[in-house]
Amino acid sequence: MTETALTSAGQELPVGDPVLEVRDLRMSYGPKEVLGGIGFTARPGEVIALLGPNGAGKTTTIEILEGFRRRSAGHVRVLGVDPEHGDERWRARLGVVLQSWRDHGKWRVRELLEHIGLHYAAFGTERTPRPWPVDDLLEAVGLTAAGKTRVNRLSGGQRRRLDVAIGIVGRPELLFLDEPTVGFDPAARREFHDLIHELTDLADTTVLLTTHDLDEAEKLADRILILSGGQIIASGSADELSRRVAGETEIRWTRDGQRFVHSTADATAYVHDLFRQHGAAIGDLEVRRSSLEDTYMKLVQDSERDR
Amino acid sequence: MTPITAGLRRGWIELRHTVTTPMDLWSYLFPALLLLGTIFFMRDAQVPGTSFSLGARTLPSVFGMNFALGGLMTTAQLLIMDREDGTLLRAKALPRGMSSYLIGKVVLVGGMSLVAFLLQLVPGLFLVSGLHVGLTGWLTLLWLVPVGFAATLPLGAAIGSIFDDPRNVALVNLPIFGLIAASGIFYPITGFPGWLQGLAQAFPMYWLGLGMRSVFLPDSLAAVEITHSWRHLETFGVLTAWAIVGLLLAPMLLRRMAARESGSAVAARRERALSRIGR
Repeated sequence: MTETALTSAGQELPVGDPVLEVRDLRMSYGPKEVLGGIGFTARPGEVIALLGPNGAGKTTTIEILEGFRRRSAGHVRVLGVDPEHGDERWRARLGVVLQSWRDHGKWRVRELLEHIGLHYAAFGTERTPRPWPVDDLLEAVGLTAAGKTRVNRLSGGQRRRLDVAIGIVGRPELLFLDEPTVGFDPAARREFHDLIHELTDLADTTVLLTTHDLDEAEKLADRILILSGGQIIASGSADELSRRVAGETEIRWTRDGQRFVHSTADATAYVHDLFRQHGAAIGDLEVRRSSLEDTYMKLVQDSERDR
Repeated sequence: MTPITAGLRRGWIELRHTVTTPMDLWSYLFPALLLLGTIFFMRDAQVPGTSFSLGARTLPSVFGMNFALGGLMTTAQLLIMDREDGTLLRAKALPRGMSSYLIGKVVLVGGMSLVAFLLQLVPGLFLVSGLHVGLTGWLTLLWLVPVGFAATLPLGAAIGSIFDDPRNVALVNLPIFGLIAASGIFYPITGFPGWLQGLAQAFPMYWLGLGMRSVFLPDSLAAVEITHSWRHLETFGVLTAWAIVGLLLAPMLLRRMAARESGSAVAARRERALSRIGR
């Protein structure tokens, strides 16, 4: 194993090198352009969300990065390798969480994880022993009691936990999650978010997820890329994005039993003014910075209008 | 862990599943019962021109047919099902996953055919008389079964990678049924018109049936075959030719099929399947 660890694709990345490097990525299906030249990078350990309405190009992007789809043009490096030419050693460093449906229904949970883990055994390194021992993995995803259950007997939530377990059994350096909570009820969604949090805390795994759920992006991601019409129209943390849309802070108050609402860019100055004029007559003061949702809606609407 | 060991293990696990799942057990037992019933009712009929039981002649022919069907149709169906439900995409997401998946399928199809074979052979031997396997018979089996699989399994994989929708498999089933009828499985081919005999001899099914008859029937029965012989050389030749065709086609088609697999492709199939059963 020592000699193979020296091949270029097998080398662990030097600290600080980007895990994902995308420049001017373009994708067209016939005359229809789905991605119009997007670019971004991800550092080790970062959790990045591709957020956008349906049809924005999120799934296409993630499938190109996973090496499941050929791009039309652009520069893409995933763990330093072009995904179109990624070898098995490269593949072993990635994790893909797929939406299971009814595959491997007859397999028992432990049996399946052990089998899938086998494929990673040849690709372990000193720093990253592979695969993840099944007992530890089952515990990490909360499936210890279900180890002997057949996959088709699992509840929806358990099944998603298994999907995650399959995605991480090879201790990936980079994990892909495509629309991970579509069709979840709120409790299952919450549970899933907690699981992803635990995992990103546990290991220094870089995560790229796609979602059209704002709340999900805000909860999970260090950085959000908003994709609309095949372009990245904004990027930053949830906080930074909210700040980007100016003049959206809303101030509510009451005076003499009457309600007032006012929107302004400089809330602090406005409130200062308000008190100087009316002093103690002001009651029930509320200052609300625009939520990520407001920002998102405004950005997407703007981009759609400009097209 | 090489993909070969992982694949062998995968095949073995899935084979074990087939003998512990009631649905799968039934699909082993049902054809066996059907066959034994048929043989039972044929027991008084005779192979034309001889006093030999037609049932005893049919049994080995059906063994041959089953190996051909197993290699062709079971492989194709498993591949189409695994593609629809995302099993194949999971394999694609694993390092060396496709190799281990395919090796697993070969083991599974081989094992399933063997289980089905034993389930039909053992009770069949009690139902009909006149079957006999000598040393040369065993030796024939040793090359016939592997060459038969080589002739049909890659071809089945090729068929399975062309069809995307399980419903379209019916398109393949129909000509296969025609081929069974033409291949002299249930009745000697020598009674058929010459063009039909020619057509049947172009495909592996006839030769597998013939080969199996040569294993289980007394040599005197060769008299009712075409050219009055078991034609082992020709059997080997035709089956090998199909194996070459299959082995040339299958890797190309499988590669094309695998390249097209992605999460959105599986999601689209799921949508289609759900709209088929619901609403």
